[in-house]
Amino acid sequence: MQTTAFDRYEQRHSPIHRLDPRVKTVVTGLFILGNILLPDGAWLAFAAAWGLVWISSRLARLPVSFILKRSFIVLPFTLAAITVLFSTQGTAVYTFPLFSHTIAITNEGIVRFTSIIIRSWLSVQGAILLTATTRFPDLMHALRHLRAPRLLVAIISFMYRYLFVLADEAARLLRAREARSAAAAANQGGGSILWRAKVAGGMVGQLFIRSFERSERVYNAMLARGYRGQLMTMNPHDLTRQDWAGLGAAIFLLALIQIIGHLIAIA
Amino acid sequence: MPILHPTEQNRIISTPADSGLPTLFVQDLRYNYPDGFLALKGVNLSIAPGEKVALVGPNGAGKSTLMLHLNGLIQGDGRVEVAGMPVTKEHFPVIRSKVGMVFQNPDDQLFSPTVFEDVAFGPLHMGLPLDEIHERVTRALQMVDMAGFEERLPHHLSLGQKKRIAIATVLSMNPEILVLDEPSAGLDPRARRALINLLHELPMTMLVSTHDMRLVLDLFPRLIIMDEGEIVADGETAVLLDDVAMLEQHGLERP
Ligand SMILES: Nc1ncnc2c1ncn2[C@@H]1O[C@H](COP(=O)(O)OP(=O)(O)OP(=O)(O)O)[C@@H](O)[C@H]1O
Ligand SMILES: [Mg+2]
Repeated sequence: MQTTAFDRYEQRHSPIHRLDPRVKTVVTGLFILGNILLPDGAWLAFAAAWGLVWISSRLARLPVSFILKRSFIVLPFTLAAITVLFSTQGTAVYTFPLFSHTIAITNEGIVRFTSIIIRSWLSVQGAILLTATTRFPDLMHALRHLRAPRLLVAIISFMYRYLFVLADEAARLLRAREARSAAAAANQGGGSILWRAKVAGGMVGQLFIRSFERSERVYNAMLARGYRGQLMTMNPHDLTRQDWAGLGAAIFLLALIQIIGHLIAIA
Repeated sequence: MPILHPTEQNRIISTPADSGLPTLFVQDLRYNYPDGFLALKGVNLSIAPGEKVALVGPNGAGKSTLMLHLNGLIQGDGRVEVAGMPVTKEHFPVIRSKVGMVFQNPDDQLFSPTVFEDVAFGPLHMGLPLDEIHERVTRALQMVDMAGFEERLPHHLSLGQKKRIAIATVLSMNPEILVLDEPSAGLDPRARRALINLLHELPMTMLVSTHDMRLVLDLFPRLIIMDEGEIVADGETAVLLDDVAMLEQHGLERP
């Protein structure tokens, strides 16, 4: 299995890596919640939140570029918020006609839109930092400790485990298609769009059937080793002094960011 | 939702094998797949404690289907007994702790995020105490020569390593009988040699399906040949492998 595209973990020795996964999960959750709660245009607080990401990634011995590069993945999704540019009431800075209406981009709209982008971008950086410094199994373990529904956690762990198998399966199917679609290469490079769509549809179906059958075999393998309908777990973790200290410091800083954000908005 | 820990109540108590009874007993076993295909047409066999038996036959002979019956993953008509216990629902927990089954494809067998969790899965679900689970995992990984792989991720391992871990996942349950489906398929010569040494050292009863006739000759004194859902020969390996005409009739080759 050579697919590593889904692996987000970066092995380092750092205080952040050593922190208990539960602490990291909770702090990341609070960080994201905090970003949502910050008022629009709280630029100083946004900067402070980014400062927190920056400090954490320094502590984790990850270059800031590591997180920045991966965080841009969120930008296309934030475009869904583009309508707030026009739908927010306020002073118009730019108007243009669309069909029989006049559309106005407002100052408030720009502020809101930018704030939404920054919020999601910050939150994604927090999540990237979490997955880069916590091994996936530990993350699942933490979720179980934090009382996430067992079934949900089990589904996510299986998904992670079999994503790789599935990706390999897909790669095999793709290779099989390549190997058999060379004849048309002279004129069209792999056949008509329609033909290709048909093949792609068939491949998705194949992939579904294969995964379905695999799920049955995996279930059998679990039964064979004594699974009786309930997943059990071993929990070796105990929170250390450093974990509590880290949790306390993080909550303090997050509270500080909130205060900055809300006070400045009032002032 | 509370996290489930192993406790006294969910412990599986498995009694040691009664002397005299066969470890595995199958009588007139027939099985229809849901699509109507008759994959087993009346199979009879009996394996005594400590016996090491090879199961060979062409593709589609019904080897894997037979194996799935041995711990009740599928149930056909006929009798299947493990250490004197009929394979029925109320005996499933005990029987599954006695029959260590390793499937053909290690990607089906290794379903946990880490090697440790996979090897610990069996003992954990047998309800064993935590320190004993750790002990068993360490020992099982040592037996298959994979000590130190506890924290590795199964999908990053090579096929040969996966196959060995797959065997460790049942060794950690201390089974009475090992049921292995094509353990040497896809292994390079060195990994295959290591597997042969491992199987040679293991003391328990074994039923191993394979297409590898050298493996059969090296390891198993007794040979069962299946074809089209039936057992067509059952006897001493050395004798059966001399019957070239019979082997050819069932699509097999002398090593
Ligand atoms: N899920 C299924 N549904 C229907 N028929 C099946 C199913 N699984 C297996 N069969 C059929 O049952 C027969 C026996 O299959 P089985 O997998 O037991 O063979 P095998 O001896 O293990 O072969 P191989 O050496 O290829 O692993 C085959 O003809 C197969 O097509
Ligand atoms: Mg088979």
